[in-house]
Amino acid sequence: MLADAPLEPGALRRQASWRATKSAIMTSLMIAAVIVVAVPLIAVVWSVISRGAGVAASSFPDFFTREIPVVSRRAGPGMGPAILGTLLVTAGATVIAVPLGVLGAVYLHEYGAASRFARIVRFMATVMTGVPSIVMGLFVYLTWTMTFGYSAFGGALALACLMLPVVIGSTEQMLRLVPTTLREAAYALGSTKSRTILTVVLPAALPGIVSGALLAIARAAGETAPLLFAVGAATRYNPDLLHDANTALSVQIFGNATSSFAAAQDRAWGAALTLMIVAFLITFAARVFTARFALKR
Amino acid sequence: MRVEITEPTPSLQRTSGQLIHLEQRRSSLALEDTPVVLEADEVEVFYGSFRAVRGVSMKIHKNQITAFIGPSGCGKTTVLRAFNRMHDVIPGARVGGRVRYRGFDLYAHDVSATEVRRRIGMVFQKPNPFPKSIYDNIAFGPRANGITSKAQLDEIVEKSLRAAALWDEVKDRLRTSALGMSGGQQQRLCIARTIAVEPEVVLMDEPCSALDPIATARIEELMRQLKDQFTIVIVTHNMQQAARVSDRTAFFTVEVDGANDQRCGTLVEYDATAKIFANPSDERTENYITGRFG
Repeated sequence: MLADAPLEPGALRRQASWRATKSAIMTSLMIAAVIVVAVPLIAVVWSVISRGAGVAASSFPDFFTREIPVVSRRAGPGMGPAILGTLLVTAGATVIAVPLGVLGAVYLHEYGAASRFARIVRFMATVMTGVPSIVMGLFVYLTWTMTFGYSAFGGALALACLMLPVVIGSTEQMLRLVPTTLREAAYALGSTKSRTILTVVLPAALPGIVSGALLAIARAAGETAPLLFAVGAATRYNPDLLHDANTALSVQIFGNATSSFAAAQDRAWGAALTLMIVAFLITFAARVFTARFALKR
Repeated sequence: MRVEITEPTPSLQRTSGQLIHLEQRRSSLALEDTPVVLEADEVEVFYGSFRAVRGVSMKIHKNQITAFIGPSGCGKTTVLRAFNRMHDVIPGARVGGRVRYRGFDLYAHDVSATEVRRRIGMVFQKPNPFPKSIYDNIAFGPRANGITSKAQLDEIVEKSLRAAALWDEVKDRLRTSALGMSGGQQQRLCIARTIAVEPEVVLMDEPCSALDPIATARIEELMRQLKDQFTIVIVTHNMQQAARVSDRTAFFTVEVDGANDQRCGTLVEYDATAKIFANPSDERTENYITGRFG
């Protein structure tokens, strides 16, 4: 036994061994992996900022407010209609998807539990998270756009279909994190199930639900494929949600980046930068919200 | 019926370190006189097809503290939860036999669990205040029962906090989060929250097990004060606590069904606390009290 042997002076000293070397090799491999992952990310951010900042900053704030030049070879700003379009479509999608998603998750977790119907719904929501966005766009094209024409609402519908399963999933996860003892405490005071959910469970899960919804929104804001079918490519401002073609930043990037005119390409980079900033702001807001209001333990 | 309090048996005296106070409470005749509030009649509780507890028949008397003692896993908490229909929230749980509150069957078809729980409240083992302000925690129950007037709620909050001996400590910070209090304060808050709806019975599931001895002593003192207004049933792992605080004690134990090695809890003995600790009728009770088992 180790305890019986006499303790030599150098016995406890750190020794050069194969184990130590192996550990050092693994550590450097992991650091290398992180660098490999970080490089493309940094490269993307850098190129968007360097190329987009040119157009956006030189004519600030025109870039954000002027209409898109119809003649795309003409240099100069702006992307105003696209920004408004993105905001309209994303806001519309949020108003449809978030309430439906939260209520659906409440049903699945609090009322449905093990019932067959709930299991089917949950399964279908999981499947929906994997449906390609262009397929959703096609679906909206067939059901809405062909009857009612291009509109921001069609785009909102398509994005809502994409957001819904994500909101349901993250909300259900948050509801699961609320400890059962809180619900029991409310029941023990004579509170009904619906009242308990409204006044105890949802407020407790709210920070998580909000940050999950914000992340879904950030993702939806950048979707391109469904909007191609539903929204169109207008160049003028169109604040009307239900009528007439509209446009969005992602659609404009698609259209302009492949154009042969440098001016159009510049605008595409500017739009890309704007979209990146929008997504960043929303994600940042989600983090701040979670940190400030997280369920205090 | 008088209860004979005899000298402790020699085996009891031999257990060192176990100071069991045998308070001679106001005449044991008083124990029989108060009306019966809760009655269990051959109650058994199933989780799915597994029978967790069987053969529980007892009467809980008004304005008394009844303690459930026994080793782990013998069904004390299960029986307690059956008294206010808390098993409804567990899918697959079923209560057999009869539980009567003032003569009315609690598990009848037309009985609303919410109404039952308004009259029979519960304090849980781990303090579980809502992540709201102290005021909103106490006001939750009354609000759920329809009281909206601010003046009324203010009054109820103050009354409940005073009754729970918490008012002086928190009166200046009613709007701060309840989670910022110590464990003992949180548990007293939970008790205040429970009595704010003015139930008749307060069920307590090991309320002091998560607390330090000083907080425990304060809650035991609180229980003695609350006894005048409420009927209290307490599950406790701590025999000495049962001896200190309760008027009646019920001893539960686990039985193993030889055939299929199934464990099932059951009620062994239920009597005045002084008798249970000084002169128990059943040998199993004596073994538990003297520490030979459990």
